[in-house]
Amino acid sequence: MKLPTLREVGNETKLLLIGIPVFIWTMIPIYHMFLFAISPKQDAFAGKLWPDHPTLHNFKIVFYQQHYFLRDFWIQFWNSTVIALAAGALTLIVATAAAFAISRLRVPGGRWVMNLALLTYFIPAAFLAVPMYRTMGNYGLLNNHWSLILAMVTIASPYAIWVLKQASDKLPVELDEAATMDGATTLQLFRLVYVPLMMPSLVAIGTYAILLAWNEYLYAFLLLSKDTDITLPVALGNFLAADDSPWELLMTTGFIYALPPAAIYYAFRRYMVGGLTAGAVKS
Amino acid sequence: MAITLSASDIPNAPLSSRLSTPQVWGIVLLAPYILVFLAFVVYPVGYGLWLARHPASYVALYHDPIFARAAVNTLIFLVVGINIKMLIALFLSGFFAHQRTWIKWLSVLFILPWAVPSIPTILSVRFMLNPEWGMVNQIIFRLTAEDGPNWLNDPAVALAMAIGVHIWKSLPFWTLILLTGRLAISHDMYEAADVDGASWWQKFRYITWPSMKTLYVTCTLLSMIWTLGDFNSVYLLTGGGPADLTHVLSTLGIRYLRLDQLSLAMASIVCAMPLVLPLVYFMMKRLSR
Repeated sequence: MKLPTLREVGNETKLLLIGIPVFIWTMIPIYHMFLFAISPKQDAFAGKLWPDHPTLHNFKIVFYQQHYFLRDFWIQFWNSTVIALAAGALTLIVATAAAFAISRLRVPGGRWVMNLALLTYFIPAAFLAVPMYRTMGNYGLLNNHWSLILAMVTIASPYAIWVLKQASDKLPVELDEAATMDGATTLQLFRLVYVPLMMPSLVAIGTYAILLAWNEYLYAFLLLSKDTDITLPVALGNFLAADDSPWELLMTTGFIYALPPAAIYYAFRRYMVGGLTAGAVKS
Repeated sequence: MAITLSASDIPNAPLSSRLSTPQVWGIVLLAPYILVFLAFVVYPVGYGLWLARHPASYVALYHDPIFARAAVNTLIFLVVGINIKMLIALFLSGFFAHQRTWIKWLSVLFILPWAVPSIPTILSVRFMLNPEWGMVNQIIFRLTAEDGPNWLNDPAVALAMAIGVHIWKSLPFWTLILLTGRLAISHDMYEAADVDGASWWQKFRYITWPSMKTLYVTCTLLSMIWTLGDFNSVYLLTGGGPADLTHVLSTLGIRYLRLDQLSLAMASIVCAMPLVLPLVYFMMKRLSR
């Protein structure tokens, strides 16, 4: 075995001197949240770095809805789930159809629609929130889950269409021509050739839209207000209404709320990193 | 093909015969998005502009010190926040390019802030900075026996903290993107540079930077647009306080909405457009090729 040279040791030290602060910086807020979730109230508020008596009691309070702020926890969890899945499914349908029409069928004006969608993508969603709130009021959709679902579809589909169009432009035209020669109708082409070939991108886009809707706070708290209608992030924000908020329960609920998207992200990381980020900033 | 052509040559032919079947299907398939676009983009934007039509709203905005403060805060957020973030991201992309098992594992953890929703983590930071009960000040007290600062009660510090939260959240994403750019650079060039005895800085200056310049600028511009719309970092950490002094343009609309001044809310968003539209135009040109 070869002993490392002084220079190699120096290099490794330099890497560690960067890596350790990066690790601490990344983990602190997440560790703090986890710490509160497993601490009894006194330990959490005493600023301990590890509780004297770690406990799962907070999780029990949340799961059994044993606190004023948590009395609708499960229904809010359900609301978040339904809205995220519905927004994901609708975005997929709308965006796949549009990308197929623009990229494969070369529908007249398709490029125009693509550019309009891109324009929407680049207008920050926070600026559209107030007009969207009034619009949903005019449509009579306020306090209705559809308002949030449709708002999320509106925000998610421009990027979805763009990514799907980029991906489908790469499929060879000969494929469509061969299928048409064999007598395939346009719908068969879509169902039997296009969708199966686009599967990886579709998974990525579906995941993207689901995470976007699950994580949304601003639109959710503008559009929904009844305790049994709101989603989990809005419920978390409502904890702050009280002066003596039960922060250990807030952090526990937040931890539970953060788990599904983190799990989804890591499960689909291959698609997310490859499919989305590379497309996001084509230089 | 020939049939389509000849049909479109007849000016008075009915629409259906001038279009081929795929094109009809194309319009049908494009329709859902066009409906969404009309109902939830065109209508709200038009309605918003209509609400913001009174010149009086802009006069009122001009006389509202909170608006001027929010505009300045937004500029600080953009200029300071984004440059720090992108420079760190550029630096860290070099770090993560090293081939080590532990760095690979670290990169998996490093993406966590981006993968988890921002609400619980921002609230977690908010409590850490609580002057009495927060972790930070308790540690300061234990180490120095003195009370730490009241972090979120000083507008400058509170804004800095909001910028910090923003960087914490979005740094992993940009590092990852810049990392893909870095990994695309051919390794041969670095080996050749090593043979010539190039220094670390020379390698960065003459190999890495020239091939990453465009990507870096695109990322910075895109990050500017997204940061302009970053509502959560400010709203959930400071709520715009203390005394409404940490608002940015993206939280200002909600503030006016709360005060029941809808036309001011819309006017403030219209005032942000001179900042947004040039960026949007530039990004459009980049991406719609």
